[in-house]
Amino acid sequence: MENSIEEIEAEALQELAAAAGKDEIQELSVTYLGRKGKLTRFLRNISNLPPDKRPDAGKSANILKKRLEEAFKTAFEKMDLAEAHRVEAIDVSLPGRPFPLGTLHPITQIIREICAIFQKLGFDIAEGPEVESDYYNFEALNIPKNHPARDMQDTFYVSENIVLRTHTSPLQVRMMEKQKPPVRIVAPGKVYRCDSDITHTPMFHQVEGLLVDQDISFGDLKGVLTAFVQQIFDEQTSLRFRPSFFPFTEPSAEVDILCVMCRGKGCRVCSQTGWLEVLGSGMVHPAVFENVGYDISRYTGFAFGMGVERITMLKYGIDDIRKFFENDHRFLKQF
Amino acid sequence: MIVSLSWLEDYVSIQMDVSSLADALTMVGLEVEAVWDRYTYLNTVVVGKIDNVSPHPKADKLTICKVNTGDRQLDIICGAPNARKGMLAPLAFPGTVLPNGKILENSVIRGIKSEGMLCSENELALGNQTGGLMELHGNFQPGTALAKALSLSDHVMEIGLTPNRPDCLSILGIAREIAAIQKTTLKYPECSLKDKSSDVFHMTSVTINDPEHCPRYCARLLENIVVGHSPFWMQDRLLSVGLRPINAIVDITNFVMMETGQPLHAFDYDRLAQNRIVVRTAKDKEVFTTLDGKKRELNSETLMICDGEKPVAIGGVMGGENSEIQVDTTRVLIESACFDPVSIRKTSKYLGLSTDASHRFERGVDPDGTVKALNRAASLMSDISGGHIVSGLIDEHPIPSGTKSIELDTAYANRVLGLSLNASHIQTLLESVGFLVQSAEYRQLVVTPPSFRVDVSRPQDLMEEIARIYGYDKIPTTFPLIPAQRRIPSGQWDFRGQIKDLMQSLGFNEVINYSFMDEKACDLLELDANDKRRKVLPILNPLNEDMAVMRTCLISGLLKAMYLNLSQQMKTLKIFEVGNTFISQGNDCLPVENEYLAVLWTGSRNDHSLHMKDIDCDFYDIKGAAEALLRSLEIQDVIFTKMPENSCQYTKAGHSARILSEGKDIGLLGEVDPKVISAFDLKQKAFIFELDLSIMPSLTSKTKQFKPVPRFPAIYRDITIIIDKHIESGEVVEMVRNANESLIESVLLYDLYEGDPIPKGHKSITLRVIYRSAEKTLEDTDVTPVTERIAKELLNRLNASLPG
Repeated sequence: MENSIEEIEAEALQELAAAAGKDEIQELSVTYLGRKGKLTRFLRNISNLPPDKRPDAGKSANILKKRLEEAFKTAFEKMDLAEAHRVEAIDVSLPGRPFPLGTLHPITQIIREICAIFQKLGFDIAEGPEVESDYYNFEALNIPKNHPARDMQDTFYVSENIVLRTHTSPLQVRMMEKQKPPVRIVAPGKVYRCDSDITHTPMFHQVEGLLVDQDISFGDLKGVLTAFVQQIFDEQTSLRFRPSFFPFTEPSAEVDILCVMCRGKGCRVCSQTGWLEVLGSGMVHPAVFENVGYDISRYTGFAFGMGVERITMLKYGIDDIRKFFENDHRFLKQF
Repeated sequence: MIVSLSWLEDYVSIQMDVSSLADALTMVGLEVEAVWDRYTYLNTVVVGKIDNVSPHPKADKLTICKVNTGDRQLDIICGAPNARKGMLAPLAFPGTVLPNGKILENSVIRGIKSEGMLCSENELALGNQTGGLMELHGNFQPGTALAKALSLSDHVMEIGLTPNRPDCLSILGIAREIAAIQKTTLKYPECSLKDKSSDVFHMTSVTINDPEHCPRYCARLLENIVVGHSPFWMQDRLLSVGLRPINAIVDITNFVMMETGQPLHAFDYDRLAQNRIVVRTAKDKEVFTTLDGKKRELNSETLMICDGEKPVAIGGVMGGENSEIQVDTTRVLIESACFDPVSIRKTSKYLGLSTDASHRFERGVDPDGTVKALNRAASLMSDISGGHIVSGLIDEHPIPSGTKSIELDTAYANRVLGLSLNASHIQTLLESVGFLVQSAEYRQLVVTPPSFRVDVSRPQDLMEEIARIYGYDKIPTTFPLIPAQRRIPSGQWDFRGQIKDLMQSLGFNEVINYSFMDEKACDLLELDANDKRRKVLPILNPLNEDMAVMRTCLISGLLKAMYLNLSQQMKTLKIFEVGNTFISQGNDCLPVENEYLAVLWTGSRNDHSLHMKDIDCDFYDIKGAAEALLRSLEIQDVIFTKMPENSCQYTKAGHSARILSEGKDIGLLGEVDPKVISAFDLKQKAFIFELDLSIMPSLTSKTKQFKPVPRFPAIYRDITIIIDKHIESGEVVEMVRNANESLIESVLLYDLYEGDPIPKGHKSITLRVIYRSAEKTLEDTDVTPVTERIAKELLNRLNASLPG
């Protein structure tokens, strides 16, 4: 005997597994099952075995023959199928049929982000007119006529008593006139100032915030604004509160964040200071409470305001504020 | 406000380096915006040694100096008489920016090249001497940087002051804050004048006719003055904060103003008619020539300083030409007054004239500071200009300045700030910035602000003082308690958000235009003379004509954005904007602000891709977008009807529609009229729609009601008829929908055809009528009679015919 039946099986299956095409399978089929094939030869040689071994050997050889026939057939069909798949295959690298999707303006996206953070903190949205009376824009906010604080903002006038709002702060007064404390609102919207250069546009967006209740402290102001800043930027963003002046808050605080570009080392964006001014804030001035008829012995509150363009520019590294309003698709499609 | 460290150190010893000082000032509310070294212009100036001096061959008064700069010897042409061999003098290299603003260049003087300039004291602003080179005495190595050789170093800080802190518009004011930060003391300038008699009252007088505008006016008189240059140390101080020296008298008034914050004015006493001062308001339209030589027309609110006959200065703003100090002035009257801030501000705005004096007066000067500043100026003038101070001080003070004390409940202050400081700590903090504090009852303080703190009047103002000196950064961070409760609905905010999201998913890009427009846009859009969008709201002080009025319509902005993008090689653009329009109700009332959505589509129906050919978009593309939006918003009973003739000029006649919901007009849709397209310099078609977002929220479906899913199958029948081509298909569909047939479930417009063999002027229209019953499966016998009835009615009502 040359090979045992086990050896033939192992060898055949191994070669079948390695076969690369239909032709090779055909050849293998001849090599094992053909007239001069290995298994055929084995069957033919059975007569040379001792008589008591012949029945078993014949039986196993016939089983193997069937098994190999089946294996070759299956392998053959698989090859056929693979061939068919190859022929029918499509180019999956081609782009899909376009479903045109538009974009939201980056300012819309950031306003939403800002408002969503405050909404989760328990603030409601309030909106108001963009053309305002001098009373709501200035007087009620403790900015009397002929006060130098009016120089802090270059105002567009419609007439002596009508202005384009220079900030979203009139919403503080409008909302407090409408409701009793507690008041917790954020007011997003367009504001206007008579100014135009690389860092100023005559129209821009602000979000104003106001929280009035019993026992609201400056510490609470720090807490809420810290929570906000670390959500809109990231948890590593440290804040600095420093004394400032707004006629409608006392004490007032300017809020700086550690420069998001250089992380405080000093760069062009932060004018080498390591800090960026992002928010104005303070405790609501008693004169404002008096103007809306709130009891100043009972209620305290804080207010804050921020420029949306500024935050967007910092988040996306935009260097010219005027790009927001040029509406160039090459700019808009980036967001 | 610009301050130099060297000047500050006259009043306070600074114990920090300059960057720590800048930080510390910023953290008490005086924001340091910039810090620089005053002597950077000396970076290219070195000590030069003159090795040799030879005459210039072509100029008598010039010499050629061989100057040793350590590593090289340079030829320098020099005109100074004191140039001599072996002398050390400052040598400025080309590129140096001299204090007078001149930039030094390589030059050829009378045929010979000069590789720099040997300088005088005056040329380098290091002294007064002008006649010759600045001689450097000392054992300096040639080539040493001049600033290093002379130990010249001084930092200058620019401080962005908020309008509430006029007390810091002076070197002393800033020094006071530094002393508070360092817990050190402040040195006030020495000045004591003892008046032995009251001679001044025989020589002049001050009459205040308008005490409301001028609550205090102090004056002194000096005789035997010789007007000359001020000493170098004073010029140097003035230059360090950016003021130009003029003459000793003027320099002293400026110096004292910078030092104390009190603006002063010096009059030539002999040019005052009747040698006296009268303070009164001007006559309307009175004309007055100020120091700067400009004629200014005054109004009846302008406060004037006058002599016995005529005005001599605009009070608190600027002096007059007619009384200014001249070279031959010998007697000087110094004014140190207190003016009403509002009056000064009005005058300054009215005249369009802002000066260092008006800037301080309109913010409020220390009413108790007038005499101190006056005495300081008088004694400096006597020292510097050799004058004799006439004994006696004029102090007209018709409205006494009383500082009111403030009661402070420290427990309340702690609660508002989120601190827990004891009363004595609070007392120390307030005293460090000049407040007078007395303790009253338990935890109560009575606080009197210093007279220079005109901004402090309420307990809250004191709280800010406490917080800023204690340090904002040391206040613990806490969080307010916010209860779970019913919230105000966000209304329009949510609705607008939904619209923007839908427009984005429909493939449109959001744009934001300025809310301004050029009034001519109304003409470009061909708005009718009586269109309400012609009622524009003009801005009194617009940036330019393109932004002169508030927009009354969003379309012109979109067309401009289209122009911009098409000029950037774009062919297809799908954009939208959500924003307010402003319809004027008169300039003294608020306008009507309505929020609109405006949408524009131009170019292709789809982005170019290998799957789809570029096909131009058309009316039905933009209509599809509008329909999808309105359906998603669940706006009820939307119909598009033919635009009535002449009701919208900027959409093309016959290619535009009104959009109605529940019979209410909510917007319009259509192709932009070709005339408007060319008016905006555009070259391709554009399709738009507009929706009025202010009324739409009321038209959304409020409740949803479940309907059972049908149990029996539907069956349909098609009806084809031929009708006049001008009959709107929508009308035909509506007719069938409204037929009184209970089995009709829905009606679809199935096919439309024009052309052979349909007769000219007609079209073939196929409707698919879908029938369904809730009780049974419909049979042919159920629906055939209905279909016939419908067809018959259509034939009758539309004057239609059947095909073939």
